Amino acid sequence: MRYLPLTETDRREMLGVIGVKSVDDLFRDVPESAWRDGLVDLPRRKGELEVERILGRMAGKNVAAGSVPFFVGAGAYRHHVPASVDHLIQRSEFLTSYTPYQPEITQGTLQYLFEFQTMVAMITGMDVANASMYDGSTGCGEAVLMAHRVTKRRKAVLSGSLHPQYAEVVKNLSDFADYELEIMPPALPGKAEDIASRICDKTSCVVIQTPDFFGELHDLRAIAEAAHAKGALLIAVVPEILSLGAVTPPGEMGADIVVGEGQSIGNGLNFGGPYVGLFATREKYVRQMPGRLCGETVDADGNRGFVLTLSTREQHIRREKATSNICTNSGLCCLAFTIHMSLLGEEGYKRLARINHAAASNLADRLAKVPGVEILNRNFFNEFTLRTPKPAVEVVDALADKGVIGGVRASRLLPGVKEVEDLLIVASTEINTEEDRAAYEAALREVL
Amino acid sequence: MSGMNRQGRPTSIANTAHGGTHNTFTGNKALELEEALLFEIDNPGACGVDLDEPEGYTSRLGNLARQGRIGLPSVSEPEVVRHFVRLSSKNYSIDAGLYPLGSCTMKHNPRLNEKMARLPGFGDVHPLQPQKTVQGALELMYELGHWLKELTGMPGVTLSPKAGAHGELCGMMAIRAALIARGEDESRSRVLVPESAHGTNPATAALLGYKVDAIPANAEGRVDLEAFKAKLGPDVAAIMLTNPNTCGLFERDIVEIARAVHEAGAYFYCDGANFNAIVGRVRPGDLGIDAMHINLHKTFSTPHGGGGPGAGPVVFSEALAPFAPLPYVVKEKDGSFRLVESEADAKADGTTPFGRMTAFHGQMGMFTRALSYMLSHGSDGLRQVAEDSVLNANYVLASLKDDLSPSFEGPCMHEALFDDRFLKGTGVETLDFAKAMIDEGYHPMTMYFPLVVHGALLIEPTETESKQSVDLFIATLKDLARAAKSNDKARFTGAPHMAPRRRLDETAAARKPVLKWSPPAPAQAAE
Repeated sequence: MRYLPLTETDRREMLGVIGVKSVDDLFRDVPESAWRDGLVDLPRRKGELEVERILGRMAGKNVAAGSVPFFVGAGAYRHHVPASVDHLIQRSEFLTSYTPYQPEITQGTLQYLFEFQTMVAMITGMDVANASMYDGSTGCGEAVLMAHRVTKRRKAVLSGSLHPQYAEVVKNLSDFADYELEIMPPALPGKAEDIASRICDKTSCVVIQTPDFFGELHDLRAIAEAAHAKGALLIAVVPEILSLGAVTPPGEMGADIVVGEGQSIGNGLNFGGPYVGLFATREKYVRQMPGRLCGETVDADGNRGFVLTLSTREQHIRREKATSNICTNSGLCCLAFTIHMSLLGEEGYKRLARINHAAASNLADRLAKVPGVEILNRNFFNEFTLRTPKPAVEVVDALADKGVIGGVRASRLLPGVKEVEDLLIVASTEINTEEDRAAYEAALREVL
Repeated sequence: MSGMNRQGRPTSIANTAHGGTHNTFTGNKALELEEALLFEIDNPGACGVDLDEPEGYTSRLGNLARQGRIGLPSVSEPEVVRHFVRLSSKNYSIDAGLYPLGSCTMKHNPRLNEKMARLPGFGDVHPLQPQKTVQGALELMYELGHWLKELTGMPGVTLSPKAGAHGELCGMMAIRAALIARGEDESRSRVLVPESAHGTNPATAALLGYKVDAIPANAEGRVDLEAFKAKLGPDVAAIMLTNPNTCGLFERDIVEIARAVHEAGAYFYCDGANFNAIVGRVRPGDLGIDAMHINLHKTFSTPHGGGGPGAGPVVFSEALAPFAPLPYVVKEKDGSFRLVESEADAKADGTTPFGRMTAFHGQMGMFTRALSYMLSHGSDGLRQVAEDSVLNANYVLASLKDDLSPSFEGPCMHEALFDDRFLKGTGVETLDFAKAMIDEGYHPMTMYFPLVVHGALLIEPTETESKQSVDLFIATLKDLARAAKSNDKARFTGAPHMAPRRRLDETAAARKPVLKWSPPAPAQAAE
């Protein structure tokens, strides 16, 4: 087997040193009832070429986003990732290193985590950010638990325009941890949601997404004020982190915790993972944060260096008293984020955001001209919602048959909700050309 | 013509013998290069991408257009590449050397798996594309689930947990869901966790509101069966046990433990962090386990990436399988694959998922790598993985038994545990010993864990180390042990001496945390 260096000669010699006859003797603590002499019922080893054939065949059955006019978002966005990003993250020293528990020989990882934290704090407009969560949805769940710890209250209120699967993750966690939760009914663009009236002196936090699940942008200033007036925190959720290159960040609108999905920067679609959860908050709440934090310090020679810090919040030190059970997070995805962000820089990040906004704005103008189609949004970034004269499930399907992946039908994530059955959520990024948009418009005219 | 150099450059080393080391002007040491923070090489006007300003569109940002500078650095592509290459040179990695971190399974990461994960059909598909356009991706998930079920002998599986701790949470949620269905959720509030467990186990149980009750270890490094049985009762929801355990030992009484747990009406959660020792040889399902997470980034070699991403699928017994969370993949009669992603879908399918762990479908990028690894090894290769990992660890244990102090009688499984008795009276502590290994070119072993022995040193060589590599490692540890015992303190005091950084002041970092870069304060204007 190509990955196993021991030869039969090695094995015999080593068994001799150990003083046993066969490797079976080393497994003698395994109870008889679980002892297996033979192999499990699975195929035998294969060479590289054969594995490539098998997996290549499976991969070939999928329609890759880059091969068609592609307009799907709803929490994961296809962006161009510069070639150097994927090259650099595959360097052995990054790819095959462990969590930096030995800082003397992991300064590479620690320094980019410090840079990552700085960038996340900057773009969200917050004081501090951690070294990542698994993804936006689980980060959202952790943010709610953190708000409970900070306020010593037990009830969260979720906006009805929060990504439905994010809401399901929060609900699952709240149910099992025995916290209260109120999820507002789906809030479509253009319809005001009276979430402020739901806040009481038992509310620990209000969770609002912007741009929201339907693409609509929200001004958070009024709701932040309403929450703070009742002693509750505002958690802002940003699944399209590129939006912050063009839009006022939640930190400037009074958010206490910002949760983001960092996939858009540096990371591919990957059918849903791995992604990278961004988590930022105010300085005063830092000791209630979940996850790893990297901090600056000096070494014995007085040279600047970085270490994992404030570990007394974490499971490996505090065990059952930890702020979260999280251990492994999204290290390499943070690196991809940090490299892509470095390439973009201040100007590139903002310009890429403007390009995305222009792409979606132009697409909305085009699709609005298709008879029977209505754009629901007033303010959006790179994603908006269409009302179609036919059930969206049929529209998406018919578009796919014409070779256009035209968006996500809202009913896929909100099954059984009548008022969203004719809604299609459409994203457009820098990857779409004018031809792609024309193809979409033409296909939509045909299928309606 | 007299100025012409007819001798060429000096080729003898005769005149260089008396040079000494010195502090360089740059702070660099030849190939070891210092690197500033990105923010300190900021050069406004530079940019690492070429993007044209968009024209001819209507802004729909309303009153929410961003104002002012963010503060991000401006750097060109060559500077970005150099920055990260220089940073990478400050990291130890499994590709560069042996990484004996116990319970972490730092094994070789085959590059074929990286190549497979980057096929556009896997890497460039969206989780919410129409299902008919992602049949191959769903097939891959189904196939991975099949391998995990066969390898563990368990009938149910979920792929969605994002890492080991997330898998633990998922497994414990399934247990709680089963107790709720039985109407016993209120009455069962206690979870038994051995003292030797990973910190994630008690943290997970506590997150779900359970009272954590520690089970002591016996003199043989295993669960004390009598103490454990005495703790069982009608208020126990589950036991969370790692097997092989964190002392690197197989829990001999595991079948009896499972029997007693089930007799008490509780469930058996197994932490599968150490599955590498038994993969292909022992099936957890045959031991009476109800739920176990599998770290794909350990046993199935998806790269650790400096702390993630991981993936923590969970396998379930018959009793817990119906409670597995959304989403999951089913194979239809016509051979197509379908994602069950809502409660309504599940109801039609006859299952009762407890909820959802994450948006979308889990760590697909890790699934591809893990399946590539499994297909490469096959049933025979995976069994060999377990055997060679156990052989390498026992070889280390046997070779060092007179030099270090093994904590328990062998044989061990895939990791060998030592404690600090061999350092007694030397003035050298476990930390110093581990840090001295850095100067020898090794990443230290896991230290001070598990907590059940004093000054623990937990060594997991893994199956991808050659005998030659393990022999040099053993010789190095023997030499360090000899040095410690012969009072050769220089190698330990303040070690490492040759790493990119000396020991770092963690106390100062925690006392006054600096968690991000801040622009230097503007110089005070002279009055």
